[in-house]
Amino acid sequence: MEEQNNIKQDFYVNMGPQHPSTHGVLRIVLRVEGEKVLSSETVLGYAHRGVEKMAESKTYVQMMPVMDRFDYVSAMLYEWAYVGAMERALGITPPERAEYIRVIMGELNRLASHFLWVGAFLLDLGAFTPFLWVFDARERILDMFEEVTGQRMTTNYFKIGGVHDDLTPEFFKMANDFIKMIYDRMKDVEELIESIIFLERVKDLGFISKEDVLDYGLTGPVARGSGVYVDTRKTEPYSVYDRLNFEVPLGTKGDCYDRYKVRMQEIIQSVKIIEQALGMIPEGPYTEKSPKVVKLPEGEYYYAVESARGLLGVYLLSDGSTKPYRFKLRVPSFANLSIIDKLLPGNKISDVVAILGSIDIVVPEIDR
Amino acid sequence: MLLNSFIGKVIISVIGVMVVFTFNALISVWLERKISGHIQLRLGPMEVGPHGLLQSVADGLKLIGKEIITPQGVDKKLFAVAPYMVFFPSLLMFVVIPFSDKFQVQDLNIGLLYFFSISCIATIGIFMAGWASNNKYSLMGAVRSIAQSIAYEIPIILSILNIVILTQSLKLSEIVKAQQNMWFFVPQFISFVVYLISAIAELNRTPFDIPEAESELVAGFHTEYSGMRFAIFFMAEYTNMFLVSAMATTLFLGGWLGPVLPPIVWFFIKTYAIVFFIIWVRWTFPRLRPDQLMNFCWKFLTPLALINLIVTTLVIKLF
Repeated sequence: MEEQNNIKQDFYVNMGPQHPSTHGVLRIVLRVEGEKVLSSETVLGYAHRGVEKMAESKTYVQMMPVMDRFDYVSAMLYEWAYVGAMERALGITPPERAEYIRVIMGELNRLASHFLWVGAFLLDLGAFTPFLWVFDARERILDMFEEVTGQRMTTNYFKIGGVHDDLTPEFFKMANDFIKMIYDRMKDVEELIESIIFLERVKDLGFISKEDVLDYGLTGPVARGSGVYVDTRKTEPYSVYDRLNFEVPLGTKGDCYDRYKVRMQEIIQSVKIIEQALGMIPEGPYTEKSPKVVKLPEGEYYYAVESARGLLGVYLLSDGSTKPYRFKLRVPSFANLSIIDKLLPGNKISDVVAILGSIDIVVPEIDR
Repeated sequence: MLLNSFIGKVIISVIGVMVVFTFNALISVWLERKISGHIQLRLGPMEVGPHGLLQSVADGLKLIGKEIITPQGVDKKLFAVAPYMVFFPSLLMFVVIPFSDKFQVQDLNIGLLYFFSISCIATIGIFMAGWASNNKYSLMGAVRSIAQSIAYEIPIILSILNIVILTQSLKLSEIVKAQQNMWFFVPQFISFVVYLISAIAELNRTPFDIPEAESELVAGFHTEYSGMRFAIFFMAEYTNMFLVSAMATTLFLGGWLGPVLPPIVWFFIKTYAIVFFIIWVRWTFPRLRPDQLMNFCWKFLTPLALINLIVTTLVIKLF
């Protein structure tokens, strides 16, 4: 009998790179024994396109549409970081109206990203309906984008000095309709999601301590779920966020449920920000004149925004020409993903999707 | 004369069962897609036929036309037989269902026992499918599915034993007739709930559909099947859904009893009400983890069913 028990049969299970879950081309190699995960190894690079190198042979303006393609669920936040870095270099400040437009669009992008996250998270757990309910809300946001920019996802809307087009009256009407319906919709979604089955799947799973947050450099809802107060909009305010009144939801325990709760509350906070900004937006020009040929003076420039996933930073090292010498993107998902190899061992295979989902990664931005 | 003879009865029964089974397959699939659509803020099939009524026909024709792929290395005979092993018990179970006081293929004295014994044979078919597929994920899925099926048999049997105690009979027509004054789900509400939950688990439907889950690693015992063979697994699931609901109607909701309308209409209304409930549950909840699933059965449902049985026995004995 004892010999039988000593034969431990562990085998390798490969998750990905093609997934039934909607996470992108991520590969996790799990060493499992029965149902339990013993160790995991993340393999990245399946979506690597060499964008940072590509940026060195493109002009600054040619690089703009590429910024959308990093995270296509919330594209404008990436454009914002890039445009902000260039504006810092050139010393251009966008007019007031442009700043408010950027805030509105940025928060709409954050909403779009969180909606997709909620749907995908529940889809991984086996509930098909919340996915469609939040995607209906997301469709209205995409319609708003199409109204203003002509595009739904990869919008290429921000430019040096402001934005490409002004907001239309139709946009204001759509935004007000959206705000009217979203509170009830999110209440319905939350009621639908939070059944005992969901809570059992998600509570007390994947604990991230405050020390882990600092050691691994986690930001965004992953860090806030553990109770660490990091939000670039509050700690290093940019644009007009210092004039807007909003809260930063924090979790307590740092499990998957807290991260889910933080994102749900962030949705409500984003809607409040949009409401305020729509009320406060001044009349005026929506863009400054930007130079015809964009040459950043020599030096290094950095700009950080709070994307849906965490701190997003763009670093540009310029040698005075029209092309950057070095372009570096600090993506939140890369740091957030690094904690996976610590979280997975000891849990069951079914928990892997729950934990991975709660981290909220977008692989194209990790691989760049 | 022919109608009354034994051969006549057999022919009519076979035709009747095939008709019910075919229409149920078509209607259940359509119901599932329409109900899931409306729950998800969309319409479901609308193109093929009015409100998509002919969608199931189109799907059936498509599945028949698909190439039957037999993967390399499978156990050919087992692989071919497995779908039928899962499917035929469902047809056999139609024999005892009391559609109305006049429409019942054979009113066996041990009708209830026959029903649940035959339903266990399907489990062998699932194992055959998983083993013969020569695919470690299919096998894991089959093993999980069998563990689930066997585990949830216990609460089912315990809950229907309450009904047997109440009526002192295993004969299904007598059980229906005993509900003239009050349908059994009123005094036996806990049994009803336990039965429904266990039945959903037996059907391998969400929230208990780990063996079929797409976002898990294991893809289920019917991965390697294509075309008509897959259609047979599919039909077996929907037929089982109907049968389980029919049994719930018979045992707890008064079978074909009801005013005004013909008995057989009442039977179908009640059965499809339970089918609707089962479909509703599927699209509302996420799925349970396999260990949570088994824990729920052994540590919660079975003790509950046992206590319920003891209480029923005591009440019957004392009053």
